[in-house]
Amino acid sequence: MDKTFAARRRRDLIIAAVLAALAALAPLLIKDVYVQNILILTLMYAALSQSWNILSGYCGQISLGHALYFGIGAYTTELLFTKFGVLPWFGMLAGGVIAAVIAMGLGYPFFRLRGHYFVIATIVIAEIGLLLFQNWEWAGAAMGITIPVRGDSWLKFQFMRSKLPYFYFALALCSLAWFVTWWLEDSKWGFWWRAVKDNPEAAESLGVVVFNSKMGAAAVSAFLVAVGGAFYAQFLAYIDPESVMGFQFSLLMALPAVLGGIGTLWGPVLGAAILIPMTELTRSYIGGSGRGVDLIVYGALIVLISLALPQGLVSLFSRTKAKGATR
Amino acid sequence: MGLLYGLIAVGLALIFGLMDVVNFAHGEFLMIAMYASFFLFAFFAIDPLLSAPLVAAALFVFGAVVYLLVVRFAMRAKANAGMVQIFSTFGLAIVMRGLAQFFFTPDYRSIPQSWLGGKTISVAGIFLPEPQLIGALVSIAAFACLYFFIHRTDFGRALEATREDPGAVALVGIDKNRVFALGWGLGAALVGLAGAIMAVFFYIYPDVGASFALIAYVTVALGGFGSVFGAFAGGIIVGLVEAVTALVLPPSLKSVGIYAVYLLVVFIRPRGLFGSM
Repeated sequence: MDKTFAARRRRDLIIAAVLAALAALAPLLIKDVYVQNILILTLMYAALSQSWNILSGYCGQISLGHALYFGIGAYTTELLFTKFGVLPWFGMLAGGVIAAVIAMGLGYPFFRLRGHYFVIATIVIAEIGLLLFQNWEWAGAAMGITIPVRGDSWLKFQFMRSKLPYFYFALALCSLAWFVTWWLEDSKWGFWWRAVKDNPEAAESLGVVVFNSKMGAAAVSAFLVAVGGAFYAQFLAYIDPESVMGFQFSLLMALPAVLGGIGTLWGPVLGAAILIPMTELTRSYIGGSGRGVDLIVYGALIVLISLALPQGLVSLFSRTKAKGATR
Repeated sequence: MGLLYGLIAVGLALIFGLMDVVNFAHGEFLMIAMYASFFLFAFFAIDPLLSAPLVAAALFVFGAVVYLLVVRFAMRAKANAGMVQIFSTFGLAIVMRGLAQFFFTPDYRSIPQSWLGGKTISVAGIFLPEPQLIGALVSIAAFACLYFFIHRTDFGRALEATREDPGAVALVGIDKNRVFALGWGLGAALVGLAGAIMAVFFYIYPDVGASFALIAYVTVALGGFGSVFGAFAGGIIVGLVEAVTALVLPPSLKSVGIYAVYLLVVFIRPRGLFGSM
């Protein structure tokens, strides 16, 4: 068992490296800006969902309020940049650290809550954040912040002429989130988290400090999501509370992981690779009528997938593998 | 207003208490009820107050059908049951919103001239808007009926028994699926009643449910999951808190008070005020 686990992990790492390399070459073939845009968003949501998966999938603390950290990442970066001229790279890190600290501060009271009480508390805290930012004059209130154009440069992480640098950053972020997950999966923390998810009482009695495990997961998860938020802000060059902190982001982070397979290494990537292009394509091809057909298709797919494959799309692969093993 | 929140929340709490499923399409049920009320008014000139029982009946059927078509299968999931329920009902909510946009267009609609709209009544020198007052009375009446229904009728007892132990009721000849379907119907009927009344004094548009849904979840959780009485009490508290916050803070922040009270309550009592789980 141990040997196969190690072998599986090595294989996962190789597959990931190959996929990342292939993805890095993709822009050579794909010149269409619209398609590049979809690819960037797909990679970004894969990264976000992967980060969400650390807290909600591995540690089992379902959060539907991660939009808060996303928004904090975006706002920290842009406020520092527009008000104090701090480069987005530092803003990104600062946003991540602030989000992680807030996640731990919130975790202190929140992690006492169980089940639906916890889920609703996460939704509520993100809504409070949204409302506060909408009323915070200094931070642009509901009007938001437009990021001034200072010319294309890596230093200012701003590119108007080409989307490619954003693509590579999104790819790097996605790879980083994947690698962190991969690395944590086999660490002490990874085992603790799964124990906490399955049975917190039993885990506690075996010496796992449940509370600290949850805090760790929350901090890592919030940090990565906030970096994603900072990226998104630079990518859009404009932010307002609804467009970086709205409830839809909490959902869009959760959905790929759930569709792909919650608490699995490949679930979020797989889910995002299917869900995000689907969302974008239905929106642009049949959503133009403004009559909600895209919503109908999208919602129906979510219902069908969640009913038909409760363990996510990843379970399709393991099922065939299990069959192969018995043969 | 608090009493109406209570009525919406009671429907949600009933469904949750019965089978541990949070219906994330509850706000959309409300939206459908408001549209039903609107169209009955627009095409047949039936005042929302009269059509409320019709709307409730229609929602009853709708809720039961939703259970039989979607939720029944979500209940069967062996792994990740919670996530499957959340996302299947949530997907349903998106579909319903899309359908509403498709058939009813995203326009804002309102019922211009109902018997009650815009009138006020003066009680001991305080002017109260009539629709809200009637809404409050209907809510109280509906809650009284529900209370009677659960505690005094055979079906109510079957509901309670199924909630206690779905396996055991099968032994005494109660069809679990039928009870659940009826429970969903009843929950939907309650929100239908609330929707019919609210159609009088709120704009009706496809996304209207979303703004009330979160408050409904908060209300139920505040009262404590599994407690129908708690949900009603939660509704009253939420209504009061909203009114008080609106006085102290700018109107755009009025929901903050509700959320803050929820957080405060669950930090002190992690199972809500009257929760039993």
